[in-house]
Amino acid sequence: MPAKKLNLRKRYELLTRGMGWDTTYQEMDDVFPYDTFEGIKITDWDKWEDPFRLTMDAYWKFQAEKEKKLYAVIDSFAQNNGQTNLADASYLSAIKLFLTGVTPVEYAAHRGFSHLGRHFRGDGARIACQMQAIDELRHTQTQIHTISHYNKHFSGLHDPFYQFDRVWYLSVPKSFSEDAMTAGPFEFITSISFAFEYVLTNLLFVPFMSGAAYNGDMATVTFGFSAQSDESRHMTLGLEIIKFMLEQHEDNLPIVQRWMDKHFWRAYRLLGLVAAMQDYMLTNSPMSWKEAWDIYFVENGGALFEDLSRYGLRMPKYHELATAEADHVSHQVWSVFCSLGNATGFHTFLPTEEKMDWLSEKYPDTFDKYYRPRFEHWAKQKEEGTFEYQTGLPQLCQVCQIPAIFTEVQTDPMQLSYRSTEYKDDKYHFCSDGCKDIFEHEPEKYAQAWLPVHQIFQGNCGGPTLPEVLDWYKFRPEDGGDYIGSQDHARWQEWKGDAKKEKQA
Amino acid sequence: MSDKKNTVFLIVQDNEDARPIIEAVEQDNPDANIQYQPGIVRMEAAGSMIVNRETVEEQIGREWDVQELHLVLVSLAGNVDEDDDKFELSWH
Repeated sequence: MPAKKLNLRKRYELLTRGMGWDTTYQEMDDVFPYDTFEGIKITDWDKWEDPFRLTMDAYWKFQAEKEKKLYAVIDSFAQNNGQTNLADASYLSAIKLFLTGVTPVEYAAHRGFSHLGRHFRGDGARIACQMQAIDELRHTQTQIHTISHYNKHFSGLHDPFYQFDRVWYLSVPKSFSEDAMTAGPFEFITSISFAFEYVLTNLLFVPFMSGAAYNGDMATVTFGFSAQSDESRHMTLGLEIIKFMLEQHEDNLPIVQRWMDKHFWRAYRLLGLVAAMQDYMLTNSPMSWKEAWDIYFVENGGALFEDLSRYGLRMPKYHELATAEADHVSHQVWSVFCSLGNATGFHTFLPTEEKMDWLSEKYPDTFDKYYRPRFEHWAKQKEEGTFEYQTGLPQLCQVCQIPAIFTEVQTDPMQLSYRSTEYKDDKYHFCSDGCKDIFEHEPEKYAQAWLPVHQIFQGNCGGPTLPEVLDWYKFRPEDGGDYIGSQDHARWQEWKGDAKKEKQA
Repeated sequence: MSDKKNTVFLIVQDNEDARPIIEAVEQDNPDANIQYQPGIVRMEAAGSMIVNRETVEEQIGREWDVQELHLVLVSLAGNVDEDDDKFELSWH
């Protein structure tokens, strides 16, 4: 008679408690040299528990099933020319920004979690990180397969990994992930699993993937939701690691709080790109950035921090500012892309009348007052043929690397928000108090930042003129500029053969 | 802005595999609010929410492993407690 199958708790316990050992030939501190220098005190690693209690056999079984489903859809999308069923080809600007910005971040996360999967001394935590490392590699691969399909039909997707290390706006996600990767393992996991994945990732994936479904983009919906099923596990890991650190020792609280403040702000700034995608780049937006912020940060984040307050953890610093900025940020970011649209690897376009009316409705306090006039002014200039792209290069924030475009939304929304500080006889510039605080805590780290604009001026980016820089980025002339009149637009018209079906006109 | 300070939620894909799970949530959490959005179904409740293996099995007429939830899961909020018989979310 076969032995009775062990229950989930027991199986998980055997995997994570029985397979590790304390080393005797070498000191444990030599085998695990990285998990103490940050000051986090762990007294009992066995208190670590993955609430999903996922064992390796179950992990491979369910991941294999997810992969089968995913690739069946991606194959079918390609075979049936799914790209012709998009709401509009202009929608692809959002996907190009997502795929060139996020795919390398997934790969960076894979590298980071591989490191943790080796270097945490608790076996339960190591196994959870190893699973996440494999997940992140899987996400990179599924996104590359999607890139591969769209790259056959549309411009701007031919070299995302090369561009990630060079292009001015891709330095924003790059610096975010490299900031985390160059920190210690506990800070890395706080940044990626908690601040990014638990607190903010819902804003990236849920309304955006729902938006992809709303715009006929089956390929993105599929890789997005397949990734998101892993993401739920990652979020849970993020919450567990925070609770674990806080339960292990009271000295951990101030360290965790400071990481929370820092990485919330870093991740939030990065999501400014998502705000623009959601409000402007999606042809049909299922939900505004502000609505998503209110649900996923104010409401759900509020419940989360309420729960964590029993450990003494408070809401991240400057969260009130982030909430006040929710009325402004998408408009400000999209304006920058439109004004520098000759230097982007995706097409820009001004909001249509229909889109502006939707924005007025979603942003009754700000859109008509501050942003509609700007877009109408540019639309008039385009009609008259007098519109010109920005010729100067923007001042980048030393920390988030976004041009200093945000404004003092709590006092005077027409005033640019700008901060600076001195360090070793040099002056450093910031978009906000949040970024300035981060710099001032670790100036020796951020003083070394590779800022795309500074690098252009220093002669490290192909040459002094815009065409030379774009050539160095491997941007081709057909990749950027206005959507109307682009190669993508022409191809779309050829497929649809009916001008009435166009959304951007 | 909302003052709902203890909302837990479970978001699943809007597909056939998720349907029995959604029905089980409706049955076992009568106060849950179920919202259909493009591509996804968001189920939220105050304080806690449970998915029971037995209720899902009644829906589909076969054995169901609670971990099959992973195949349709999109997102969640709350502390997770999972064993062979249930998947539960709660805030303390």
